[in-house]
Amino acid sequence: MLTPTYMDYSATTPVDKRVAEKMAKYLTLEGDFGNAASRSHYYGWQAEKAVDKARSQVASLVGADPREIVWTSGATESDNLAIKGIANFYQKRGKHIITMKTEHKAVLDTCRQLEREGFEVTYLEPLSNGLLDINVFKDAIRKDTILASIMHVNNEIGVIQDIQSIGVICREHKIFFHVDAAQSVGKVSIDLASLPVDLMSFSAHKIYGPKGMGALYVSRKPRVRLEAQIHGGGHERGMRSGTLATHQIVGMGEAFAIAKTEMLEEGKKIKQLRDRLFEGFSDMEEVVINGDIEQRVPGNLNISFNYVEGESLMMAISDIAVSSGSACTSASLEPSYVLRALGLSDELAHSSIRFSIGRYTTEKDVDDAISLVREKVEKLRDLSPLWDMFKEGIDLSTVQWAAH
Amino acid sequence: MAYGKKVLDHYENPRNVGVLDKDANNVGTGMVGAPACGDVMRLQIQVNDKGVIEDAKFKTYGCGSAIASSSLLTEWVKGKTVDEASEIKNTEIVEELELPPVKIHCSVLAEDAIKAAINDLKSKAG
Repeated sequence: MLTPTYMDYSATTPVDKRVAEKMAKYLTLEGDFGNAASRSHYYGWQAEKAVDKARSQVASLVGADPREIVWTSGATESDNLAIKGIANFYQKRGKHIITMKTEHKAVLDTCRQLEREGFEVTYLEPLSNGLLDINVFKDAIRKDTILASIMHVNNEIGVIQDIQSIGVICREHKIFFHVDAAQSVGKVSIDLASLPVDLMSFSAHKIYGPKGMGALYVSRKPRVRLEAQIHGGGHERGMRSGTLATHQIVGMGEAFAIAKTEMLEEGKKIKQLRDRLFEGFSDMEEVVINGDIEQRVPGNLNISFNYVEGESLMMAISDIAVSSGSACTSASLEPSYVLRALGLSDELAHSSIRFSIGRYTTEKDVDDAISLVREKVEKLRDLSPLWDMFKEGIDLSTVQWAAH
Repeated sequence: MAYGKKVLDHYENPRNVGVLDKDANNVGTGMVGAPACGDVMRLQIQVNDKGVIEDAKFKTYGCGSAIASSSLLTEWVKGKTVDEASEIKNTEIVEELELPPVKIHCSVLAEDAIKAAINDLKSKAG
């Protein structure tokens, strides 16, 4: 069976074969299956060696000290640990947190939970290009603000926030700064030795590592302390208990090491392909790129084909695997909250498709995607009453809809 | 959650896509839904002097299930009288297309569309 061409790398990535091969060595009786915390025998020492190496590999990609890396089950857990961990530990200093409306649910839902526990959260609006206005951020800071959480790269629109500038302001006001880097690590250069960031969340499965594995960078200089969210044995300097999953950790380490070597070249190739994809649509009418084009990660193209609904387009182009900001593709009937936060009209939010390409995308994939999408957009516009109305010169914002 | 076969069929081979003259006296036009919901259907019926629907056309902005629901409806109403057409229930559409629970609202919208078209027709006669 011919499977669809994968263009949803922002959702997840296949594990790199080199990573899978390494991981397999840490599972069976023939491999190094020991518990890294078993200090008294060979099996534990072997596992511990592998974990230490992986810790260095991860630290190396991001300019951190290996002692600043805490293993978790993924970026979602890292976000929870960072935000709840700081909030609970430092709540005597203040109970106000700043974040953005466009953050991942792992941050937003965690903030909502803290609100239920008596914290106050300010959710900032982005500019229409998805970026945070630094003055808006400054204005939101209060005497009792203890934490800001701003993602490095947005998963839906791929825009890159200026975490250097935001971090400088946080330092000035003595606010802890957490950055969700799940979508940026291995794609955008990160140097925690110079970035004024206190905590950073990483995910393995967004860069060709296994799902169910991540890490949290916790700064030692200046020292950041956290209230642990998972207890039971005091692993990871008391910050995250639980037997270390050696094979998962090795996988993450290997994926990060590969990224360190290949990021620059790969980034160029992917950007070329992504730009080629965009070129393929740029002469079409009523096509909008969502999010800043320049401040954007190489592989992402989030695009709205006006007057064509997202899910119908995804069904039509089912030979390519992509995501849509359309409500129909979510369980609720609401369109993407990220696109709404950009100020997109409902039609454009419902009409969006996110293409995210990666390591295994070829030029042929891109060219095939272009012809398929063009053909189907035209077909769906022929089917669309909104397209007719647009062609007749009717301003849709003035229409009284008979919604039920 | 793969797409249903019948829904795909209507999408690949939509029946009766098009436009009728909305100003003609024997044409009823129903436009329901809203871009905010991601579903807008325009359904038109052309009636002969015996009150029988001789032609129907639709255009839909919406997901595959919405397109299929409105396409199916135009197939069903042809040859029916206006009264018979107003009896069509959304549940029949759900059954025929095997729509999952999350897509039932598409069939409701299609039922609204045919009723709106019939109302429009009646308002021209009266």
